[in-house]
Amino acid sequence: MSAATRAGPVLAADGTPLKRSLARALRMQKIRALLLVAPLLVFVLITFVTPIGQMLFRSVENDLVADTLPLTVAALADWDASAGELPEEPVFNALARDMIVAVREKNHTKLGTRLNYERTGMSSLFRKSGRQISRWDPEEDAPFRERLIDVHEGWGEIDTWKTIQTHSRRLTPGYFLNAVDMQLTPDGPMAQPESKRILIKLFGRTVWMSLVITVTCIILAYPVAYLLANLPLRKSNLLLIMVLLPFWTSLLVRTSAWKVLLQQQGVINDTLVWLGLVADEARLVMINNQFGTIVAMTHILLPFMILPIYSVMRTIPPAYVRAAKSLGATDWTAFWRVYFPQSVPGIGAGSILVFILAIGYYITPEIVGGTKGVFISNRIAYHISFSLNWGLAAALGTILLVAVLILYWCYDRIVGIDNVKLG
Amino acid sequence: MKTRRAVIVLAGAAMAAGSAAAQDMVDELTVVSWGGAYTKSQQNAYHDPYMEMTGVTIINDDSSAEAVAKLRAMNEAGNITWDVVDTVAADAIRLCDEGLAMVIDHDTMLEPAPDGTPATEDFAPFIVSECYVPNIVYSTTFGYRVDMVGDTPPTDVCAVFDTETYPGKRALERRPINNVEWALLCDGVAKEDLYDVLATEEGQDRALAKLDTIKDDVIWWNAGADTPQLLADGEVVMGSTYNGRLFSVIEEQKQPVAMLWDAQVFDLDGWIIPAGLSPEREARALHYLRFATDTQRLADQAKWIAYGPARMSSAPLVSTHADLGIEMAPHMPTDPENAKNTIFFNYEFWADYRDDIDAKFQAWLAQ
Repeated sequence: MSAATRAGPVLAADGTPLKRSLARALRMQKIRALLLVAPLLVFVLITFVTPIGQMLFRSVENDLVADTLPLTVAALADWDASAGELPEEPVFNALARDMIVAVREKNHTKLGTRLNYERTGMSSLFRKSGRQISRWDPEEDAPFRERLIDVHEGWGEIDTWKTIQTHSRRLTPGYFLNAVDMQLTPDGPMAQPESKRILIKLFGRTVWMSLVITVTCIILAYPVAYLLANLPLRKSNLLLIMVLLPFWTSLLVRTSAWKVLLQQQGVINDTLVWLGLVADEARLVMINNQFGTIVAMTHILLPFMILPIYSVMRTIPPAYVRAAKSLGATDWTAFWRVYFPQSVPGIGAGSILVFILAIGYYITPEIVGGTKGVFISNRIAYHISFSLNWGLAAALGTILLVAVLILYWCYDRIVGIDNVKLG
Repeated sequence: MKTRRAVIVLAGAAMAAGSAAAQDMVDELTVVSWGGAYTKSQQNAYHDPYMEMTGVTIINDDSSAEAVAKLRAMNEAGNITWDVVDTVAADAIRLCDEGLAMVIDHDTMLEPAPDGTPATEDFAPFIVSECYVPNIVYSTTFGYRVDMVGDTPPTDVCAVFDTETYPGKRALERRPINNVEWALLCDGVAKEDLYDVLATEEGQDRALAKLDTIKDDVIWWNAGADTPQLLADGEVVMGSTYNGRLFSVIEEQKQPVAMLWDAQVFDLDGWIIPAGLSPEREARALHYLRFATDTQRLADQAKWIAYGPARMSSAPLVSTHADLGIEMAPHMPTDPENAKNTIFFNYEFWADYRDDIDAKFQAWLAQ
């Protein structure tokens, strides 16, 4: 063969360069794969990514003030809040005009609710003023300054105007500040008064208790999984059903069952008193506190730990331990140096599952958590369903999501995500 | 002959009118309420007679606890699946504030009293929002275990704060509303000054300080069913909950529990219609509402649950319990014997202060 042909590209059977031919085949494969996953991908995009994206966006979105009071916001732009004087008539005029439109469209009370998150009393200020302002005419009834202050003294307070000015931006960091026990004030971000700080404490508690639950699950699940993997098939199947049976029972039923067991007039306390181990007046407090939450959640999440460990243990060939023993290892050494390292990927998978489920848990802490055993998710639920402060709920949710991602990343760096196996 | 034909013609016209009206209304109605015994009382008093009368299917949805959040979400999604929603008054005010509930003209849309009194007067003080049709008056009050209070059963709400005379746990709701009012009352604040005091930082701190004296003795509840269960199990010596729940523990389940009516807090429960329904659905919802809130229907509901009808004209018609056969009037929170000392839920105050005081309350709880 000549040097020229050797230097030229390698050709496929049909004469095209092999590289291109290969690339085409690979591209075809990729397209086919994409088509195969397309339905799922679209489904995930529509039902998962979009809503979560929207939720994340809510944590900074703040269109309501600027949309409801466009003239006022524009007029307030030149007002210097730090001068300590009320705005001039043009601002009041703009507010009256905005309010007349807002009342007609029933937006003023919505705005009142929004601003009430920032300053107590705004809700009734807007509701009460709305009733009067709706009867006004923007031309004939001017000037408005005295008139508005007459309607509600709140309009004569500088802080009212400061609040509107501070929260008129369309994108706000306010909810995130609230989520970490701070607030956006006219003078910039400030810490909340001590008596209202609760969220950071709840975040810390959520992470700490989730860790405790994960560790408890590991300790309890490991021996069970070992038995499951090593007993003869008939017995292990029976055991597996016993593990799965509570898994199939309703969450609420299991949580309520713990209530019956743990409460002061409950089964455990009754038994202890009957045995004479505990005095009748000194019954143990085991529920409506952290202990209750940890016990109930460990029980509920246990299958999520047992199953991954079990499926990894099943793949560990018994010959390795036998070999170790035949080479002179004691039982403990054989277990610790040979068996245990091979089961670690199962523990890793179980821990991630349990921890991530625990950190977002809501129902069980709500029922058995009392005051000291509730999680941040209970506060998120409160803001979604009851206070209707969805911006704050979204900010809390975002922080929780980011925290989980960071922990996941740390886990990957320390343990390595390749070391996680579900079987 | 002539008259007979006229009758037939008239009857035909009436039927035509009837069917024309029926065409303008849907035949299915989704009614949202609280579930449990309360929905059962509504089913018996309103739903069943209405379905029998009109042939309409009523679907129950037990979502009232999250009604405001869900209606807001439905409104944002542009797909409202509820027709009539049962809410407490504070939620109705919020829904009305947010433009999520339809404005009701009480005098034209509701039946007058049997003697012709227009609805606005018959419901008088209870129409707390232009979107709201009140249904019942209920109260949040205390029940106590008769076997755990010794020879001196409590007669005063301040027994809750008296752990020496009445040792044992108490059940209180895990939110500030009602609790802070009782705390201030028992800290010596006069009833008429309650909300002026509570509007100040010092007043709020004072209420929490009073609650702090019994903090270790309290089991905090979330669901109205918790306290009756805790009382029945003997876990608590006394606890607050809705009076109807206590009635069922005492009279239906025959537990050794008694009522402490002192300083009960009155609140309302009633209907709203979501804003933005199609004309056919709105017409059906209004048709149902007119029926379900007339004098007789409201009185009927008291046969199944111990809540007072919100119409003045219904009170004399309240009869006996449908299963137990006992007179219901003495079990109503509005009965003069029970209503010697009452507080009426202050909607205006709590709309403003709820977020603020709740944050403080929860921070205090977590300490």
